[in-house]
Amino acid sequence: MSERTAVIASRVGLHARPAGIFVAAVGELPLEVTIALAGEPAEDAMDASSILSIMSLGASNGDTVVLRADGEGADEALDSLVKILETDLDAE
Amino acid sequence: MQTLSGKASTDQAETGRTFAGVGVSPGRIIGSILLMPKPVREPAVGERLAEGTAPDDASAALRTAAKAVQTNLTARSAGASGAGREVLEATALMANDPMLVKAAVKLITNGASAERAIWDAAASVAEMLHNLGGYMAERATDVLDVRGRIVAELRGVPAPGIPYSDTPFILVGEDLAPADTATLDPAKVLALVTSSGGPQSHTAIIARALGLPAVVAAAGVDGLTDGTLVFVDGAAGTVRVDPGADEFALAKAWETTTAALAVFDGTGRLKDGHLVPLLSNVGGAKDAVKAAAAGAQGVGLLRTEFCFLERDTEPTIAEQVEAYRGVFDAFPGKKVVVRTLDAGADKPLPFLTDASEPNPALGVRGYRTDFTSPGVLERQLEAIAQAADGTEAQVWVMAPMISTAEEAKHFAGLCAAAGLTTPGVMVEVPSAALTAASILEHVNFVSLGTNDLTQYAMAADRQLGPLAALNTPWQPAVLQLIRLTVAGSRDEGHDKPVGVCGEAAADPALAVVLVGLGVSTLSMTARALSAVAAVLASVTLPEAQQLAALALTAHSATDARRLVREKLPILNTLGL
Repeated sequence: MSERTAVIASRVGLHARPAGIFVAAVGELPLEVTIALAGEPAEDAMDASSILSIMSLGASNGDTVVLRADGEGADEALDSLVKILETDLDAE
Repeated sequence: MQTLSGKASTDQAETGRTFAGVGVSPGRIIGSILLMPKPVREPAVGERLAEGTAPDDASAALRTAAKAVQTNLTARSAGASGAGREVLEATALMANDPMLVKAAVKLITNGASAERAIWDAAASVAEMLHNLGGYMAERATDVLDVRGRIVAELRGVPAPGIPYSDTPFILVGEDLAPADTATLDPAKVLALVTSSGGPQSHTAIIARALGLPAVVAAAGVDGLTDGTLVFVDGAAGTVRVDPGADEFALAKAWETTTAALAVFDGTGRLKDGHLVPLLSNVGGAKDAVKAAAAGAQGVGLLRTEFCFLERDTEPTIAEQVEAYRGVFDAFPGKKVVVRTLDAGADKPLPFLTDASEPNPALGVRGYRTDFTSPGVLERQLEAIAQAADGTEAQVWVMAPMISTAEEAKHFAGLCAAAGLTTPGVMVEVPSAALTAASILEHVNFVSLGTNDLTQYAMAADRQLGPLAALNTPWQPAVLQLIRLTVAGSRDEGHDKPVGVCGEAAADPALAVVLVGLGVSTLSMTARALSAVAAVLASVTLPEAQQLAALALTAHSATDARRLVREKLPILNTLGL
């Protein structure tokens, strides 16, 4: 199991456009990725390819989230997702 | 009200059927129609999989439908821009969302039909989002929209909502909901025609705001088929199938008229120079900037609730200051009349109004929410005062739904405490019109809200199509109440202004009557400014007073309108 943490950089938090961009990126991966707020148990993690799950997570600007995935290429995949979360997508 | 051709139209050789309705937004246009699909019917509660349908097959059908809806919405988003595009992109992702689809598949495995499964799964998700509040709560509507689309796809019927087309069309439906405004693309929709709804319906309001010709309450039009070519006359209130040469000429002439009417020089006046300031109704800073560009001489109605619709909690003072400041800054040196929150009835705000009232139009709405949620109004007045501080706009404040002089006095006291020097009230309840003199002893001005004044005077719900004929400000009884309000101002003795900020002010013929009755300013959607100005400039004050007298003594709204319009030849010249 690979694991990464990321700090949400978008000013609006992880919803609206930033959430859409993130979900689309997850959808292109051949892996199942989960997302949870830092400090929450791994079994409560949500499906990162679901926009509705991401929205219900309610991660705001500055919150830390944990991404988890299993399988080949998981480390590289998570690194690329961290990069997305740590960019202020709303500013672009 | 279906009539054969020749009645409403001229002696055309061409025989096309003519539908007669109520014209609510002028314009003459020819185009082919698209029907607004009926809202998606809820599958029966507890509906099970049909005999012989395997859960796996039903799940596969659901996945296919969800994917199809996603593909369709994604394709549409590519043609959209700005905020509309973002909404469509996010909605597209929701349609095929793994969380939603998995929840539905689980219900199917337990024996539910595919339609019922997605219905219930989406309802749970929407409830969850709603409970999160704020931005998430707003997205709950999107989930329900997606649900309707998936069910329509499963049933093989057209998707609900405004139909999508690459080419401009005339939208025909039963009535439009406020939510349809967001998805109505004025570049694609040429005109609106509904079989139901009245002059004050959402369809009418949307049409006037967008400047689209519109006819409402045209019974039977929703029986036409997609692609039918029709001529719509938004002033006469007629829709003619298979238009002939005459109609093509009229539509052509309207194009020329709109170009000529696009300009308002920024000073409303009659032919004899009598000044009638023309102001605009706005819902926020964006509207205000547009209104200023259209030449509005100020804002006669800032609908503050529009800044806060769909909010679960009361906006903070800082948020309010920002929203109001944007409007004030668009009108330096000019009057901006701020109406305090007008929540309730057709504009519920969860933090103020009780949705379970049996009779919301007669319930706790407008100023009355101060009885049940004290403090909100004081904080709003404080925010208005803060926003006014340091702007060049002349800020006036008024309360909606005032019924007595005592309420007006209380409101004036609250304004004074907040440091606001020009308090006023709206006259929407007939009791306020009848006691205008006493009310004006406590406040500096009144503004007539003709939409509600009409619905209360005529005891006719403004949303009901069958009551459309009652629900028009041309009703002589409504005009009498306006006359009494002006008389009340005269009796009070200080020449305090009586304005009109209801839809009536946007009807050029009625605007003449209002001025004739003694109304001092008119406030309307910015789109109507140039047409109203053009018609006002064609009459003198004595002429306007004669027309007002004609309308007051007419025996019906139809007669009042007809008698006045006959004396205003400019209306026919301009196609208004």
